[in-house]
Amino acid sequence: MVLSVRLRSAVALAGRYPLLAGADLDVRTGEIVVLRGANGAGKTSALRVMAGLLPLAAGQASVLGLDPMADARALRRRVGLLGHRNGLYDDLSAEENVYFAVRAARLPKQAVPSALERLGLREGLRTLPTGRLSAGQRRRVALAVLLARRPELWLLDEPYAGLDAEHRELLDKLLREVTEAGATVVLATHEDRTAEVLAGRVVIMAAGSVVDGLLPDEATGLPSRAADVAQPGACRASLEAPFVA
Amino acid sequence: MWRDAVLVAAKDLRIEARAKVALNQVVPYALVVLLLFGFAFDQDRPLLVQAAPGLFWLAVLFSGLLAAQRSFSIEASDAAIDGLRLSGLEPAGIFLGKAVAVGAQLVALEVLLTGGIVVLFHTELTGAGLLVASALLSTAGVAAAGVAYGALSMGLRVRETLLPLLLAPVLAPVVLAATEAWRAALRLSTGDGWRWLGLLGCFAAIYLAGGVLSFGALMEGT
Repeated sequence: MVLSVRLRSAVALAGRYPLLAGADLDVRTGEIVVLRGANGAGKTSALRVMAGLLPLAAGQASVLGLDPMADARALRRRVGLLGHRNGLYDDLSAEENVYFAVRAARLPKQAVPSALERLGLREGLRTLPTGRLSAGQRRRVALAVLLARRPELWLLDEPYAGLDAEHRELLDKLLREVTEAGATVVLATHEDRTAEVLAGRVVIMAAGSVVDGLLPDEATGLPSRAADVAQPGACRASLEAPFVA
Repeated sequence: MWRDAVLVAAKDLRIEARAKVALNQVVPYALVVLLLFGFAFDQDRPLLVQAAPGLFWLAVLFSGLLAAQRSFSIEASDAAIDGLRLSGLEPAGIFLGKAVAVGAQLVALEVLLTGGIVVLFHTELTGAGLLVASALLSTAGVAAAGVAYGALSMGLRVRETLLPLLLAPVLAPVVLAATEAWRAALRLSTGDGWRWLGLLGCFAAIYLAGGVLSFGALMEGT
């Protein structure tokens, strides 16, 4: 079994505040993993660590076989992140936003119209500045950017926000297609329906740690920390590690 | 790197062409600054003529601060900076692209401001070669330092006020050298303008090289 993501005792800090407090996570290649948890549980931070945007203060991480910090540039080319915000330029049209992302990734510009078409962004919407689009339309443009870039690992933070029923179904279908094509998807959402619809594995996070949904040890072949994480003291021990060191 | 620079410069200039912030805000601001200088020295016309190069470059400096701030506010507004970091573009290419875009806007502004000092301060344009060469090198220095410090201050909540505080002292030598080069070109001093031009070239080279080398680390701090 090939793992796209492996986090071990991952600790990430904002100042002295722990964003991740010893998180363990394995994601198999081609899998859809749904991160669940209350606000502040560490879902967004976990996604940013996987994207190489948030450094670890302690612990280990391997994403697509690379160290997210040491090989950040090589990793980032292969990862697509949709955050809470869309990362679009308001004064550029949908077409221009996708074109810029595609050219930056050194991909052929032929990927642009097909991605826009796939997300249901038809002719009239493509040329409007994205600042004038609705929240749902902007979300679809951001998803079109991701689709056109063809990342191996899709990291999605509340991707359904602002989407209507029709386009939620469209996104479900799209995510199933990209995983069938070999990509891996990790998404954070509060929506109950998602895991069932996508047949994804649910991973529960709380207080910066993964508390449920870890793969069984025999599946990963890696030492288990699930039992430790369930112990309240384990989080404290993980948090203390970078300060003690 | 150069390909990435062209891509980023084209993107930033297209955004400015659409938003027209430079046209609607920076240019009027710079012209108002010149006008206010004119009011302040109105009773002393010879002094105004003498001071014209310095006032011109101060107006360019103030406008450069706005342009540098704007260059990064477009990246911050919808967290586009994350997309830029994930894009696979060379940080040096991003830096050069942003510097070229800021520099292009400043060159257009300088053309208008030159008209402004001719009309408002009765400046006679002479020494065109030295004027143009020193303007281009000064612009390169202002744009390079502006973009590097813009990235440095981007992740900070107080960036709007911090950027001028950080950038003005760094650009002081550029303003001084550009003023002296222009004074020589306009025959307002007997100094050797070409030596000041050499100094401007050094500053531009240092700021550009510093930006190219450090921009990756500066972006990671945002």
